[in-house]
Amino acid sequence: MESKLITAKSEPLWNTNNKVISIVFGLVILLFALPLFGLNSFYLHLFIMIFMHAVMAQSWNVIAGFSGQISLGHGAFFGIGAYATSFLYMQYGITPWISIFFGMFISAIFAVLIGIPMLRLSGHYFAIATLLIGISFQVVFQRWDLVGAASGLWVTMTPEDSWIALQFHSSKIPYYYVFLIFFLITFFAVWLLSRSKLGYRLRAVRDDPQAALSLCINVSNYKIIAYVISAMIMAPMGSLFAQYILIVDPDRVFNIEISIIVLLITVLGGIGNVWGPIIGASILIPISEYSRIYLGGTGGAVDLIFYGLILMIICIFRPNGLISFIPKDILERKKQR
Amino acid sequence: MKILSVENLSRSFGGIKANDNISFELDEGNILGIIGPNGAGKSTLFDLITGYTKADTGKVKFFEKNIFGLSPDKISNLGVGRTFQKLKPFADQTLLENVMIGAFVKEKNIKKARDRALEIIDFVDLLEKRHHFAKELSTGQRKRLEMARAMAIEPKLLLMDEVTGGVDQKTIPGLVDLIKKLKKTGVTIITIEHNINIIMEISDNVLALDQGKSIAFGSPREIQKNKQVIDSYLGTFDAA
Repeated sequence: MESKLITAKSEPLWNTNNKVISIVFGLVILLFALPLFGLNSFYLHLFIMIFMHAVMAQSWNVIAGFSGQISLGHGAFFGIGAYATSFLYMQYGITPWISIFFGMFISAIFAVLIGIPMLRLSGHYFAIATLLIGISFQVVFQRWDLVGAASGLWVTMTPEDSWIALQFHSSKIPYYYVFLIFFLITFFAVWLLSRSKLGYRLRAVRDDPQAALSLCINVSNYKIIAYVISAMIMAPMGSLFAQYILIVDPDRVFNIEISIIVLLITVLGGIGNVWGPIIGASILIPISEYSRIYLGGTGGAVDLIFYGLILMIICIFRPNGLISFIPKDILERKKQR
Repeated sequence: MKILSVENLSRSFGGIKANDNISFELDEGNILGIIGPNGAGKSTLFDLITGYTKADTGKVKFFEKNIFGLSPDKISNLGVGRTFQKLKPFADQTLLENVMIGAFVKEKNIKKARDRALEIIDFVDLLEKRHHFAKELSTGQRKRLEMARAMAIEPKLLLMDEVTGGVDQKTIPGLVDLIKKLKKTGVTIITIEHNINIIMEISDNVLALDQGKSIAFGSPREIQKNKQVIDSYLGTFDAA
């Protein structure tokens, strides 16, 4: 028995699959090299949207997938990030590279302020409360003159491409790399989180809060921590998106669709798994874009019907998300029966 | 040394007194068995001691520290572990991960927490199943999982709610042996049991509850002879 224990202790902490690592590294190199192959503007935009939505979904994955709290108002943090960067740049000339962090900070503050009362609610009630909070942000910003009210903020354009102002008018390639780097950093950070003590404890809170309490875990605090981390991941995407389109208005950045799409991507990709949002975004964003291109002109919302149909098929045949197509032994620790 | 003192603990739900003026003391290193018919207030007493339910009145002292009114996580942090009547494993995580979550209380380092969790899993004889998801385990194995998880926080006092409940006859002796093995480690145990023979075998003292009231407290031999306990719970056949 002793020898079995020694054997168990000598096992590596993680089931590191060299094949998976090689594939991931290969894909990362490919992503960095892609623009060199002369991708046109549409494909660059498509990849930028995939990176952005993968990060946004990863943000939602932290609060919903890791700690089990379904937030339906996550778009609020996207909007806060977008407004923080644009407002500080337009009013004080502060570079987005700094104001991105300010947006993260403000989002974190709001996550605490919202989280303390709201995370006492459980299940559907938390979801409904966050939905209403998300909508209320849109309503407030529509009436707030300081930030342009309903017309929003039109970011002052630089005459030339500028890394300091994070504005590129001649090509989308710099944006591609900025979004790619944020995507990789976020993925790596969430991957580390999932393997950390905090990650374990968040999953305990998700699986059974009562049992978690018996293991010295302050469930309320951990939910708030997850909410704050999630908000801090979401905000930079709002900031970068604002720099990408250079227009920030309440209907665009506080749109309820943002909160819904991150949910869809995560659930269909595979909730609670760091790969889920990436898989979800890589498949759903192109489907969304292509169905809009090929069917959007029909005038009968055929593109949306087609998009909805695909989502339904995935839900019916792959209820655990698209990640369930990947063999389990690649993603899970090996079982020794 | 007294590890736990419960004084006049009461809790009502609507008009029903689930626990009515319960008082007892427990010495360190002992096993206290709690018996009583269904609805006697046994699990409520566990919830009151561990902070899951707020008591209306009374005092709970753990090593002379008043823990009355503290939240469950704070109470567990002081060294009070528990298992649940209705099992609460982290179903989508492996046995090892379940126990590691407990081990993180004492070990900050992941490797050390993993190794400590493995030792505890070995202690409960489930080493072979360490990589199985909790939802894949049998009821008996899940009972061991809960014990292992509670042990991982290195409790001084462990409350176990119906360890042998809902498992088949073959599994029971192994679980009873495990409780005895656990006692040898020095941990003080309170266990709720319906199987009176097990209670008599493992307990140093027994607390009998009926309709929320404490009707007897004493050694297993004393309890077996107590008329009130015989009338309300044991019946003439078991008491013979």
